[in-house]
Amino acid sequence: MRLLGVCLAALALTGAAAASDQNPTPAELESELVCPVCDSTLDTSNAEIARLMKARIRELIAAGATKSEIKDEFVEQFGTRVLAEPPKRGFNLLAWLLPLVGGGLALVAVGAVAWGWSRSRLPAEAEAALDPELERRLDDELDRFE
Amino acid sequence: MTGRLRLGAQVLALGFVLALLGLLVWKVAFGTESKVTGSLAAGGTPAAPTFSLERLDGEGELTLESLRGQPVVLNFWASWCVPCREEMPLLEDGWQRWRERGVVFVGVDVDDFRGDARTFLDETGVTYPNVYDGKGSLVGRYGLTGYPETYFIDADGDVVYRIAGPVDDPADLDEGIERALAPA
Repeated sequence: MRLLGVCLAALALTGAAAASDQNPTPAELESELVCPVCDSTLDTSNAEIARLMKARIRELIAAGATKSEIKDEFVEQFGTRVLAEPPKRGFNLLAWLLPLVGGGLALVAVGAVAWGWSRSRLPAEAEAALDPELERRLDDELDRFE
Repeated sequence: MTGRLRLGAQVLALGFVLALLGLLVWKVAFGTESKVTGSLAAGGTPAAPTFSLERLDGEGELTLESLRGQPVVLNFWASWCVPCREEMPLLEDGWQRWRERGVVFVGVDVDDFRGDARTFLDETGVTYPNVYDGKGSLVGRYGLTGYPETYFIDADGDVVYRIAGPVDDPADLDEGIERALAPA
């Protein structure tokens, strides 16, 4: 049942992404593209080139271009630096993978340290156990108070 | 076991820090950003970063190396930049006055739409070669701080003078060209 829910959610997300690609809005593209002169997203830039880029986005949307096609055109003209998020391929893939790898390594390191720490405490607990003679004497002393 | 784990973690951390340090050293030693501008400001004549860029005024690409042996006036501009438009008549006039002496003017359109750049060239009537660098590959290598900027390169390919901002005085343009023409 849970698996079915996950599958339905994944399908819904895929459908929404496809709809967004087919019918992009100026607002979402302006938040995903960066002004090459001021290095901030178009929606927060008042630079002249940003104004021209916004106008071009509207022209392309009116002409029926998809989000991918619009982004591709901007990358062709200005390079990948106009993408607010680095593309998930080539060298830029590192920007996506390194945090995951780093997080994974950190989890492994924390797990290993915790495991080693818990193992190192076991002998101490064993040493804390009383030897049989001492335990017998302690029982005798306690019996005297009963 | 704990000691070995701790040692491993320490070696890993040390390796990570050393890798970051290596990246920093590499960036400082081999990074090309602003080398031209910085060297010029210190009185040097740095080698002009080479390029091979698409021509806006014709087919194919123009390389800086193909102009070796001639002084080059390299002007960075963008069609949306008002001062760039204003300085174009003066640059065209300079090109007409100096071309007989073997001086080459080259315009580099940066951070711009290709179509807008061609329209700009048509409107301003510039006749010297112009190339397209929409991706801004030369911005960091020359150390541009804004638009327009003009670099003067001598026949050996070294940058000898720079005008940051619009060229608004023919005497300033001529001074840069004279320096580029002077024997090294």
